[in-house]
Amino acid sequence: MSLDGSIGLRRGSGFTVDIDIAAGAGETVGLLGPNGAGKSTALRGLAGLLPLAAGHLILDGEVLDHADDNVFVPPERRAVGVVFQDYLLFPHLSVVDNVAFGLRAVGVRRSEARSRAYASLQRLGMERYAQQRPGSLSGGQSQRIALERALITDPRLLLLDEPLAALDASTKIEVRSGLKEHLGDFTGITVLVTHDPLDAMVLADRLLIVQDGRVIQDGTPAQIARHPLTDYVANLVGVNLLRGTSDGTVVSLDDGGQITAASSHQGPVMVAFSPTAVSLHVDHPVGSARNSWPVKIRGLENHGLTTRIDLTGPPEVLADITPAAVADLGLSPGSRLWAQLKASEIRVYPG
Amino acid sequence: MTRSARSYRVGHRSGSHRSRSYRAGAIPALLVIPAVAGLAFLVLPLAGLVLEAPWGTLLTRLTDPAVLAALRLSLIAATSATALCLVLGIPLAWLLARSRFPGRRLLRSLVTVPLVLPPVVGGVALLLVLGRNGLIGQYLQSWFGVSLPFTTAGVIVAEAFVAMPFLVIAVDGALRGADQRFEEAAATLGASRWLIFRKVTLPMAAPGIGAGAVLCWARALGEFGATITFAGNFPGETQTMPLAVYLALESDPEAAIVLSLVLLAVSIAVLVILRDKWIRPAS
Repeated sequence: MSLDGSIGLRRGSGFTVDIDIAAGAGETVGLLGPNGAGKSTALRGLAGLLPLAAGHLILDGEVLDHADDNVFVPPERRAVGVVFQDYLLFPHLSVVDNVAFGLRAVGVRRSEARSRAYASLQRLGMERYAQQRPGSLSGGQSQRIALERALITDPRLLLLDEPLAALDASTKIEVRSGLKEHLGDFTGITVLVTHDPLDAMVLADRLLIVQDGRVIQDGTPAQIARHPLTDYVANLVGVNLLRGTSDGTVVSLDDGGQITAASSHQGPVMVAFSPTAVSLHVDHPVGSARNSWPVKIRGLENHGLTTRIDLTGPPEVLADITPAAVADLGLSPGSRLWAQLKASEIRVYPG
Repeated sequence: MTRSARSYRVGHRSGSHRSRSYRAGAIPALLVIPAVAGLAFLVLPLAGLVLEAPWGTLLTRLTDPAVLAALRLSLIAATSATALCLVLGIPLAWLLARSRFPGRRLLRSLVTVPLVLPPVVGGVALLLVLGRNGLIGQYLQSWFGVSLPFTTAGVIVAEAFVAMPFLVIAVDGALRGADQRFEEAAATLGASRWLIFRKVTLPMAAPGIGAGAVLCWARALGEFGATITFAGNFPGETQTMPLAVYLALESDPEAAIVLSLVLLAVSIAVLVILRDKWIRPAS
């Protein structure tokens, strides 16, 4: 089982999408990027809701779309299941008939379709909702039903469009782990679209970072977190990323300042370190760390257990510290401090 | 929190804001007189109809064979015309709402012509096309032996002609307002276009279709001009309620009042049904 796609699409006002995507059986590929990056448009191309303007789409050796050869298989004849962002459960059908819809569409008799749909509801422990309208379901339940509806016809390609975006924060974590489990059982290929880095990191085996309709980085979540190629990706995965020129262990940064790393390189490099690797001090620190420089706080932002602090430099960096430390140090925008960074926490790679 | 919000509001009420908003909402005296006159103009004739009705003999009047015949014919013709409008009008509305072709907007305006056309002109037009020597009528006559003018079928055709725009406009609006992503979801589940139309598009447009059908039926029931022009006025065959009212006014005014009362009751019933089920008051 394999997916080979070169998705070329045009949207109004000159915006184009050009995304190459390849995946194997059981693999979950995440398209991660900001809203409006063209991720959902690409998903519509994969589903057949938008014919490709350029490129091709081949699933399991079957050509589903080929712009040059004028081949186009419409969505209803593709072995593709879709879970839409707001689930789009049919409001006029009961929950069991929603799940049975795909079976009915491919010609399974009503009674058999119903009993198979009911069996899948039982497996989910949701059979008591069978006769209810989907309007009475919670967000998490709707998501499960939408997934079940998409999976009941055994698609080879499963497309998830922001599957967790419609959920509130408390149900999200639970539904995400449930979804992770389900995707683990699914033998086909999954393509997941999300703007939430955490969803992408947790659910996807491989990520395509999409910006302005193009893939700007491709790799496993761990690879990308360790080696983000642009500021945007670094921000997305919460990593400081500085460009510079290395001479031995000393990197002269393009935007001013110097950083001393543990490893030695020559020529242009990227320096990456986690915001948690940066510590803040009121006075000039004396200690083992070789990197310390004066900074001023530009902004503070709370992220649950940590506060991310935006610091001017040079070099300009992000630091994550605890809210308690923020209070102890009496930090506010405009505060002047010393930043310190351990060389062992810095990763340098050629760029 | 609640306390402070309440005291804030109380403070406002005693302040200058209240009198200012009061003045803004007041109606100038110059408008009140024509407004009341307009209301009276619309309501008084109907009230007069109710007051003048021969309530004592209403039941015997209603069960008069001639009245029953007109009532029966009206119900059959209006219902058949509505059915015809549904069969032809829903696909037409779908075409207007969903397909893209040059001249679609022109077509949409053409469809609404019968809405503003004097019905009697519609009747003349129907005669010219479907009459015995009409453009199409002559072939209906010679090939199938079918003649529409001055028959019950002619009544149905005349009523459908006048009433169909109501249905088409309502269904067109419902289809254009519907979220087409549900149809996309159905397509990704393997549903053919025909299945999507039957299982998703139609049920989701059902409220609009229902409202359109009721309006269409009410318009057909009250049809006069096109019917009398195209189908004539034969008791039991083409004489519907409105025609019977008009005729009875000469010979038997009480009967005319009773028939009018029935039509008024039907109109009010239609309004009530539409208001409760489909028309949400914009408040």
